[in-house]
Amino acid sequence: MTVSLTIENLSAHYGQTQVLKDLSISVAAGELVSLLGSSGCGKTTTLRIVAGFLQPTSGHVRLGDRDLTTLPAHARDIGLVFQNYALFPHLTVQDNVAFGLKQRGINAADRAKRATAMLERVGLANLTDRLPGALSGGQKQRVALARALVIEPPLLMFDEPLSNLDAKLRVDMRVEIRQLQKANGTTSLYVTHDQEEAFSISDRVAIMNAGRIMQLDTPEVLYQKPANAFVARFVGFENLIPMKTVARDGAIVTVEAAGGARLHLSQDVFGPIKDDFVLATRPDGLVVRSQGEGIPATLGTRTYLGRAYQYKCETAAGEITANGALSEMFEPGANAVLVPVAEQCCILNPEA
Amino acid sequence: MAARIHPLLGAFAILVFLFLLAPLVIIVGASLSDTTYLTFPPQGLTLRWFWNIFEISAFRNTAITSFQVAILGTGLSLLIGIPAAYALNRYRIGLPKWLGTLFILPILVPEIVFGFSLLKSVTIGMGLPIYPSLIIGHALLVLPYSVRVVGASLASFDFSVEEAAISLGCPPLKTFLTVVLPNIRAGVIAAFILAFITSINDVSISVFLTGPGISTLPIQILAHMEQFFDPTIASVSVLLMLVTVGVMAIVEATLGLTFLTK
Repeated sequence: MTVSLTIENLSAHYGQTQVLKDLSISVAAGELVSLLGSSGCGKTTTLRIVAGFLQPTSGHVRLGDRDLTTLPAHARDIGLVFQNYALFPHLTVQDNVAFGLKQRGINAADRAKRATAMLERVGLANLTDRLPGALSGGQKQRVALARALVIEPPLLMFDEPLSNLDAKLRVDMRVEIRQLQKANGTTSLYVTHDQEEAFSISDRVAIMNAGRIMQLDTPEVLYQKPANAFVARFVGFENLIPMKTVARDGAIVTVEAAGGARLHLSQDVFGPIKDDFVLATRPDGLVVRSQGEGIPATLGTRTYLGRAYQYKCETAAGEITANGALSEMFEPGANAVLVPVAEQCCILNPEA
Repeated sequence: MAARIHPLLGAFAILVFLFLLAPLVIIVGASLSDTTYLTFPPQGLTLRWFWNIFEISAFRNTAITSFQVAILGTGLSLLIGIPAAYALNRYRIGLPKWLGTLFILPILVPEIVFGFSLLKSVTIGMGLPIYPSLIIGHALLVLPYSVRVVGASLASFDFSVEEAAISLGCPPLKTFLTVVLPNIRAGVIAAFILAFITSINDVSISVFLTGPGISTLPIQILAHMEQFFDPTIASVSVLLMLVTVGVMAIVEATLGLTFLTK
């Protein structure tokens, strides 16, 4: 049974502070959507409202055709995986996993059978009699995962489930979580502040800021075509350069940056280009050259990145970070040109 | 590899232990003395002062009252204290800071003042009989132990465990009883023991709340001492010590003593 999750016009307040502003998301049946953002952006608040631990000021939460908004937390039938595992310290691994089944009135024999089967799936079949205190972090999170999955919830939610694990384990666990989630086809909401984690595990990612969703899209689109300056900066487009269109010739548009540097951009590559826009680039998207069509710059600090040199550059359009080839090293103070690489640039409309 | 201990430190430690234990040894010795007055070292050995306790009905009756009051008063204080400690920890951010201090007032206010105000309000003001007044008085007296000791247990309890249980379909009250309570069990037992011992030993509150026909053991000991200076008092004290040792032995056998000092 897979159902969709719909969050409609959710607003929430802590005292006088509004932490969610008219937030809407829908997660399709079987889909995994991540809420990604820095602390205080409202991602955890959203999760806690869906779980029923917080009440929204306004808005609705629907799971399939059930309206959860006023339902008490224990009646929502949602599997939750917590950052700090939240295992029952006084129960064995087996009893931890069987807990949810017990609440559903399932008899002891079936409970044991299903808990054991689930523990086998997460690779802990040999630890059933241990207490949580005797487990490693990764094992604890596997128990937590098994405990949430065994009740076969229509919705799974993860609250920063990997942030207490070390880097290597984090990567292994997120692959495992994704495999289990896909195999079960469980609709899932995943909260994290780790961009790589969100992009690698999700069908779609919602980038959040100050209680709003800035963009909700597939990782590919977010990474290549951010919709606004916030998302662009978030996914690494460090340089945001305001531009003006000065001439159009078919698909080719001549644009000018502050200071008069001119570039020719193809609408076949960038899509429709407006009269005023922002050219967003990653450091890789501007190549430091001695000559060519680009933005004139005076080079500052040089950093060796292994695959390239990175320079802090002074230009008439402001400070820009750009990369240069290893074969052509520039000294600080040198004059150079920053040549855009179309695939590493994108075009943003100026903020309202 | 044993750490080397400075001889002076060792001597000092022995002195401290002597200071702590010597009075107890003296009491035990005095209780066995075959004299009609308290003396140490004992002159002759007898158990007759122990039998004497059981022959004096006032000791019997007040001991029963003391135990009843201690158990009921401590129980009542836990009934109030556990939910209070839970609320103070669970909703710490939303509550004013002074609220927690409110619950340790019975320790801060001089006991004699506290006892007198209880007499004025409970016994005289509300006109309650002596027995319920005593229980209420003792419950309030030991409430700080319930709130603080259970609170210390709750402070290290991860409340997301509670949320995990609720998300798995366990209603809040059942979650408290089956998930929270088992995890703060040590704190509850420690609170019970501390509160029970405090209540059993209390004089200042009880002296105001006892009355004709109903008294507690410590009050009876005082009353007896005013009239007789015989080793009975020492014998009662030894028995009270044995009760405490017994409680500790049960704790050690079931939970291990370390949890009391945690």
